Amino acid sequence: MRDQVAELARTDLALARRIYELLFLVRRAEDYIIKHYHEDEMKTPMHMSMGQEAIPVGVCAALGEKADIYSSYRSHAPFLAKTSDVEGFFAELYGRAEGVGGGKGGSMHLANIDRGHMCSTAIVASGIPVAVGTAFANMRLGTGRMTATFFGDGAVDEGNFWESLNAACVMRIPLLFVCEDNGLAVHTGKRQRHGYRSIAEVVRGFDCIVAEDSSNDAQRIHDIAAGAIARCRAERRPAFLLFECYRYLEHVGINPDFDAGYRDKRDYEAYLAKDCIALQRRRLLAGGATDAEIKALEGAIDQRVRAAVERAKQAALPEAGQLFHGIFHETD
Amino acid sequence: MRRISYCDALNEAMAQEMERDPTVFVYGIGVPDHKKIFGTTAGLLERFGPERCLDTPLAEDTMTGFGLGAAVRGLRPIHIHIRVDFLLLAMNQLVNMVSTFTYGTNGRAKVPMVIRAVVGRGWGQGYQHSKSLHSFFAHIPGLKVVLPTTPRDAKGLLTAAIRDDAPVVCIEHRWLYWAEDDVPQEPFAIPIGEGQVLRRGKDVTVVATSWMNVEALRAAQILARHGIELEIVDPRTISPFDESLVLESLAKTGRLVVADNDWVSCGFGAEVVARAAERAHAALKAPVRRIGFQFTPCPTVRALENEFYPNARTIVDTVCDMLGRAPIDTSGEDFYSHERRFKGPF
Repeated sequence: MRDQVAELARTDLALARRIYELLFLVRRAEDYIIKHYHEDEMKTPMHMSMGQEAIPVGVCAALGEKADIYSSYRSHAPFLAKTSDVEGFFAELYGRAEGVGGGKGGSMHLANIDRGHMCSTAIVASGIPVAVGTAFANMRLGTGRMTATFFGDGAVDEGNFWESLNAACVMRIPLLFVCEDNGLAVHTGKRQRHGYRSIAEVVRGFDCIVAEDSSNDAQRIHDIAAGAIARCRAERRPAFLLFECYRYLEHVGINPDFDAGYRDKRDYEAYLAKDCIALQRRRLLAGGATDAEIKALEGAIDQRVRAAVERAKQAALPEAGQLFHGIFHETD
Repeated sequence: MRRISYCDALNEAMAQEMERDPTVFVYGIGVPDHKKIFGTTAGLLERFGPERCLDTPLAEDTMTGFGLGAAVRGLRPIHIHIRVDFLLLAMNQLVNMVSTFTYGTNGRAKVPMVIRAVVGRGWGQGYQHSKSLHSFFAHIPGLKVVLPTTPRDAKGLLTAAIRDDAPVVCIEHRWLYWAEDDVPQEPFAIPIGEGQVLRRGKDVTVVATSWMNVEALRAAQILARHGIELEIVDPRTISPFDESLVLESLAKTGRLVVADNDWVSCGFGAEVVARAAERAHAALKAPVRRIGFQFTPCPTVRALENEFYPNARTIVDTVCDMLGRAPIDTSGEDFYSHERRFKGPF
């Protein structure tokens, strides 16, 4: 009995550690973006994930490697949480030939299909229908891969969202619809956009699994996603997961914009108290990890991110002829 | 060899490819219903089951993205629209997502999807059921666009489109569905990007698309009796467009008429003419001429439709004018009239 309890504690700590590593990787990667953006070498519009990392990290930790995801232009956290490919990530932000898209995509179009981040899109909601098709293929071909699509509450205003939800429900396709609800479409609040009281309330009218959470806790989000994945598979239905979050920075760019007048800094301060990275760090300590252990883990990640940035800065730009490479499928 | 219709040729291409490759599936609004997309999907539901021949909600844009998502993870979807006009609802997915997906992966992702869409005409189709818009699609890098004219082309080009790892838009004129011709029974593919010369002649080159090839062939018969020989070039694929057949023909004739089944302004005809001007300017003996729809929405009533659409007579008149010949009296000639075949409603 005692062995079992010890085993359980070990498992939990291993999961908590994995989630923390992903959270810290995403946060640290964006710290480096902020540090180097002014150098004007990363010429790509950054829509920062900062503050919202818990959702992609929690869900991707539940999905594991054998899964395919689609994300919006707020792509950094989903991309890194799914692929951990921080080297391909920075090379792409710097527009280098060795970037995941060979410099063709940048921050808004990150794709590493071998590791299951299929694409991110600059047109709100446009990746959602594509995720339905990928989920259909994964089901039809029996690949065992789960599919998820990440989008903000702004995407819920678009026809593509409702059409996709409807199609996935009527076609009984296992798929996670993951709404990162930061309450804002660029600078416009939900109250100015939604002619209904609650997104979840409307979605509950569809034949799908619905879950909501506002904890900003990656591990709790992991558990909700894991439960939803199991149910999706067993019931052959999609799930709609609505997670509340808060965008720390401006819509596009690396700066805070509390002086712009469309939101209240006190909301930010309230959210800062439940910052997902700090929260998971506290969980690790409570679970028995020592501060020294965590610092070592953080140091290793920091070093990896720093090396990725330095490598990207030194890497070659695409050659001129590369403009024509990859319009259609080709082998390298 | 046996003769089959254009419609049956499309059906045979899909059935044979679905038989050969279990990842091929066909879907779209009304695809498995009793009308079977004018017969082109007949038997597919019965033979391959509802998992590979499926109906969809009325959501053209989303279901286009759906095809993309299925294609990038191992399936080969064929998405069908009973009118090209409905594809306008799918332009975001087609132009922002489908055409760019491979590029965003720097060439790694395959996007083997086919979009079939039918051009309507006559018996009151009107301005929202009659567009072709092939130049819209051909304007976008990352999409291939084919317009089969003959039943043999219909089977060969659709087969090639299904086997292609890129997205291919296949535009099919409703009136061509009744055309019959020799079509090989065994599966075969006509390479995407290759045109063909439908008729040899020395005097004037007519580059025609889709239905306008039928009109050009009729015009050639009439003109031949008056000593004028048309050479008719059907590009079949307008993106990627290989202009070499056109340039070869122009080297011989020095005269170019483009008869496009679309509006003239900013259309495919302008592209053909521009390539001729760029690469065969010295060969041109006369100003080029363009034939196409009048620059109005397509009217419903036949009397106005007659003004809207060009036909063989338009080509005859244009060629005579271009050659400085007196107009030919075509009042006794027999021209194609769809009412003999098509009394609606759709």
